Amino acid sequence: MKSSEDVLKIAGIEVRSRLITGSGKYRDDGIIGAVLEAAECDIITVALRRIDFDNPSDNILDNIPKGKVLLPNTSGARTADEAIRLARCARAMGCGNWIKIEVIGDQKYLLPDNTETIKATEALVKEGFVVLPYMYPDLIAARRLVDAGASAVMPLAAPIGSNRGLTTLEFIRILVEEITIPVIVDAGIGRPSHAAAAMEIGVSAILLNTAIASSDDPVAMACAFKWAVRAGRAAYLAGMAGVSQTARPSSPLTGFLHEKKE
Amino acid sequence: MDIIVNGKKLPVEDGLTVGGLLDIQKIVPARVAVEINRSIVSRADFDFVKLAPDDTVEIIRFVGGG
Amino acid sequence: MSFYKILEKFYDFDFNKFLSSVTAGKVEAALAKEVLTEWDFLTLLSDAATPYLEPMALKAKAITRRHFGNVITLFTPLYISNYCENVCAYCSFSRQHKISRKHLTLDEIDEEARRISAGGIRHILFLTGESHLKSSIDYLLESARILTRYFSSTGIEIYPLKEEEYAKLIAAGIDGLTIFQEVYNKDAYHGYHKGGPKDDFRFRLEAPDRACACGMRTVSVGALLGLGQPQIESFFTGIHAHYLQNTYPKAEVSISFPRIRPLAGTFIPPYTIDDIHFVQTITATRIFLNNVGITISTRESKAFRNSLLPLGVTRMSAGVSTAVGAHSSMPSTTQFEIADCRSVDEMKSDLLHLGYQPVMQDWNSRFL
Repeated sequence: MKSSEDVLKIAGIEVRSRLITGSGKYRDDGIIGAVLEAAECDIITVALRRIDFDNPSDNILDNIPKGKVLLPNTSGARTADEAIRLARCARAMGCGNWIKIEVIGDQKYLLPDNTETIKATEALVKEGFVVLPYMYPDLIAARRLVDAGASAVMPLAAPIGSNRGLTTLEFIRILVEEITIPVIVDAGIGRPSHAAAAMEIGVSAILLNTAIASSDDPVAMACAFKWAVRAGRAAYLAGMAGVSQTARPSSPLTGFLHEKKE
Repeated sequence: MDIIVNGKKLPVEDGLTVGGLLDIQKIVPARVAVEINRSIVSRADFDFVKLAPDDTVEIIRFVGGG
Repeated sequence: MSFYKILEKFYDFDFNKFLSSVTAGKVEAALAKEVLTEWDFLTLLSDAATPYLEPMALKAKAITRRHFGNVITLFTPLYISNYCENVCAYCSFSRQHKISRKHLTLDEIDEEARRISAGGIRHILFLTGESHLKSSIDYLLESARILTRYFSSTGIEIYPLKEEEYAKLIAAGIDGLTIFQEVYNKDAYHGYHKGGPKDDFRFRLEAPDRACACGMRTVSVGALLGLGQPQIESFFTGIHAHYLQNTYPKAEVSISFPRIRPLAGTFIPPYTIDDIHFVQTITATRIFLNNVGITISTRESKAFRNSLLPLGVTRMSAGVSTAVGAHSSMPSTTQFEIADCRSVDEMKSDLLHLGYQPVMQDWNSRFL
């Protein structure tokens, strides 16, 4: 497959960029525009939860380039019910019906509650949302999310804030192999090399926020992540092409079975 | 009449609609959600729903988040 | 096991022996770990760890940055009544003190709320003394109903309640509880509280449990530093927060570090905790509990609070007065002297200059 034909399709929408980035934790919201331009992402997460100083005339949407898909999250929700209410609030903004379900069942490690996430997904899909659930990489839970109608699954790489990279790599690999909808790695990515490594194993996209926002030069870091995601994806495609184009040669150990007997 | 908007007490004209309130606050209706007394007001109703004295209004905007 | 039982087990522990046996090697080993045990925490609180303050500060800063970014959430405490039935040796609201007592009417609460919220504050913490007559549950519920209209998040710092009473307040929109044990050493506790319902050590200790059991979103604990041996009290505070995090995974847990300040009366605290050891306590706590909120109140000066910012602080009060009806014509006596009188605007401006992001709203109870 040529990389120019490689698009990510979520809920029928085609996006070119496999880097999804957030808009939070920036000291100065004005920099967000430059970062998003550098990152060239098509999907951007936003939140309802936190506001810094009350400035009625400012709206984060002013800093987000036009034509992007907004992905609000349900940050702050602790149960399915809370996530559903937050999602409805988010939709009432009139900026689309995509929602990232984030139901944190544990405030110590900020780990997602898969059970509540599945419940929220079922309910919100029925209400017409495009649901992207943030989850703990568990194949059984992922299958339930697929059955519930999720448009992607978003397994974590490591606990939020730990910057540990792909601690759940093996389990993400299993999801990539078994799940037919896009697998998007979210949380725990600290470095571009983590992002590249995830893309190399066939993950569909990466979602990250903190690693860019808290770096000393967010614009430069956004570029680094953009290139890392592209590099990883290109490597994966090159590898895939290798496997599909060449037939598996006969193993030399059993080659003798195919030799013509004199 | 007095209403509370995003925590702040605001004197407004009787019979002010949600749309009218957004106008006064110079907020673009297309980018916010409005809750009155904890119920979401549908966007289509912004110009029809009238505010009542002591209503608690929350104008919700997206903010930066991951 | 309840926290009371956990604490009881520690009462037999020879803290002095442990603390005096800590070596530099043990401190370094604790500092090198990613996940610390309680004993590592106690090690970092020891005198042997004091020379390691700078590496502790660096580690605390890195952890805070990863977990909290540069965010400092601002809030204002609102004292609505200082009538009190308790006799607490260290508090100016103690019932035997002849001070000016005040109790806000609901209209006055509304006026204070209007004034505070007009300044941009969206998180409020309201406080009362322990008076079941003057600050009854109904008064608290009515106050909650008023305040939750003006503020996104409303917390309480009041006398300990029964579980069903917390449930009522939560239903009325309260999402945070702050309650300081004052001193975790039980004997010392009884020494300081010689009258009134506050004498019930266990009832107070288990208040956060009752609140979390009925769904309180955030809970904040702390010891009044100076009342008990500071290293041990800081240790108990840390393990209390750790216990709450482990037992109530959905609750957000915070710690405050109030140091005793001058007040009306003649109380001299038996222990003093100097700035160096105060910083050691905060950094050790942050290293032990990566994800716990840390609040520093206006008991500390502006300059000192600014210096503490990188070390793990996540919440700060602004625009504070500890008098009831501070802006009325006849405010009450203050609970303690404020050392940082910055207004909300000054605080926001200072935080920005120092490279922090002042956050006015971290949650809005109306989302639900």
